[in-house]
Formats: sequence, structure tokens, C-alpha cells
Amino acid sequence: MAQQHLEYLLHLADNALILGQRNAEWCGHGPILEEDLALANMSLDLVGQARLLYQHVATLKNDGGTEDKLAYFRDVPEFRNYTLLELPHSTALAATAANDRDYAATIVRNFLYSALMVPLWNKLQASEDAQLSAIAAKSLKEATYHLRHSRDWLMRLGDGTDESRARTQKALNHFMPYVQEFWTASDMETAAAEAGVGVDVSSLRDGFNALLDDALAEATLTRPAAGAYVTTGKHGLHSEHLGFVLAEMQSLARAHPEGVW
Amino acid sequence: MTSAPHTTPAALKEWPLWEVFVRSKQGLEHKHCGSLHAADAQQALQMARDVYTRRQEGVSIWVLPSASITASAPEDKDALFEPAADKIYRHPTFYQIPEEVGHM
Repeated sequence: MAQQHLEYLLHLADNALILGQRNAEWCGHGPILEEDLALANMSLDLVGQARLLYQHVATLKNDGGTEDKLAYFRDVPEFRNYTLLELPHSTALAATAANDRDYAATIVRNFLYSALMVPLWNKLQASEDAQLSAIAAKSLKEATYHLRHSRDWLMRLGDGTDESRARTQKALNHFMPYVQEFWTASDMETAAAEAGVGVDVSSLRDGFNALLDDALAEATLTRPAAGAYVTTGKHGLHSEHLGFVLAEMQSLARAHPEGVW
Repeated sequence: MTSAPHTTPAALKEWPLWEVFVRSKQGLEHKHCGSLHAADAQQALQMARDVYTRRQEGVSIWVLPSASITASAPEDKDALFEPAADKIYRHPTFYQIPEEVGHM
């Protein structure tokens, strides 16, 4: 099995796991009970997608590894998720900064990610990797709901009060530059696309932009200009935030490595 | 109907209450399963999905504003419902149902 095929699967899995872990931070702290449940539901969707992909990788590698080993015993440079997904629910740049979570940041990021994943999962249904194709079919339904949920709130917050509008615009300005990472190809993505396993993400760019412009117009928000800097999370070069996410997520499994229920 | 309670700033901060009805896969009718606060009907539907159908409870959801329900008063209970108690002949239990009719 080609190494790049495995890395591509890990990229998809890590995206889902890291955003799932981030969104799970709202569990018990949601702005209202219904949203608390909604965010936890969506986190579980994402963690479920990650599990299926990790299991698939473990099966393909056939080296005695497990989904848990992949989730809990890899370090920062081995994670292949987009940098966007590891950032806190705020506009803090320093991982040690004390910051309150802002629901506008959560909504903007979930919108940007699910606006990419709906067409991506849709195309991955035709993957040569039959298992990935099946995972895509399941994940597409979940991502479709995530997109609907985040777009609905994007409109409500953007076209809401002065306070909600300002916060949402600020979050958009903060997160938009990270979207550039979607469109710059990596070796694993190129190889996976050429093998018919993956999708050339750049082919989704026009559709993404149209959807984004549509949603922003509806939310009366202004699209910030794209920056030149491109983050490199999918290459394993992350922001300082990911270490803190992993520390929290992995500490229990590492303290009790053979622990079972 | 006065509009005052709906236009005060304090009232606008309170989302109205919605009653949620869910139809299960096997069920023929939507059954009341609870209520929630939401800004409008679409949001109420979406929230009802997350709050009341997490365990595959349903395949269809209705929401309606709680304020649109007109309910009988609890203190009227005796006058409304007691008189039916001694009229058991209204129950269709005194007939022999022919076998050909089958399940009713």
C-alpha cells in the first residue's frame, strides 16, 4: 500500500478528529442547551468519521496498530490536519493566551470546513478505495447537516445584533487566511488524486467560493482579502495550538496505555 | 390582541417556546415529545432534530408555537370529563365483532 495513500487517509481522519475534539470543548458550556447538544452531536459525527478512517488505515498497514494508537500515540508533526481546525474558538494567536470561547468563531470555522467537506465527500464516493468510498457516503450526510447548521447560524449572527455581527466578522477575518491551505496541493493529495483514491481539491475551489459569497451576502458580512501566507498543517508543520489540543486529548490514554473499559 | 409584550426589548431577548412532535418510523402519527425555545420555526425544527431525535426516535418532526395552543383549564376538569365516567355504553365493548372483520 502506497505511503501517500495512507497519509491521505490520515489527513482526512486527523481533520475530523481535531475539529471534533475542538468542538467537544463546548460540551456542557454551550450558549444554550439546544446548541450544546447540537455541537456535541456534530463532534460525535466527526469523531465517528475519524474512527472509521483510522480503522481503515490500521487495517491497510496491518502492523498490529489500532485506531487508538493512531489517535493517541502520534505527536504533533505526525498529524496531517489543516491548521485551521486546531485553532481555539477565539482569535487568539498565542496558545497560552487566556481566552473565552466565542461561538461566532465556532460557527465560522464549522461553516468553512463543512463547505469544503460536502463537495469533497460527495466526490470521494467515487474513490477507487472502496472503504473510503463507503465512509464518504456516510460522512456526506453528516457534513450536509453540519453545513446547514453552521450556515443558518452564520446568517443569524452576521445579520443579527451589532455585537454578534462584529464578532462574526472578526472571526471571519481571522480564519479566512487559513482557508488558503485547502487549495495548495501536497504530495499525498496529488498522489491520491492521480491514483483515483482522492480528489484534486483545487477542483472544488470555484464552488466553495460561490457558496461562501452567497452565504456571506445572506449574512451581510464582508469577505476579507486573501493573504499570501499559506499554513502547513497538512504537511505536519502546525501552529503552537495543536500541542495543547493533543495534550488534553491524549493524556488519559498515555497515562493508562493498556487501559480498557 | 395587544402587541406590547412582543415589542419590548426585554421580550425580544426571550425566544418563544415551541412544542415538538415527532413521528417514529413505525408510528402513524406525530406524538408530542417536548418543547424548546427558538427564535423562529426553522430554528426550532433544527434544534428539535438535535434535542429529540438523537436516538433515532423519528423520521419526521413538527414544531408549533406553544402560544398557539388553546388548552382546557385544569379547574374545569370535573365539569368537562366527569360526566362521561358513568356512560360505559359509549365504549364499543358490547358488540361481537365477526371474525371476517379482522383487526380494528
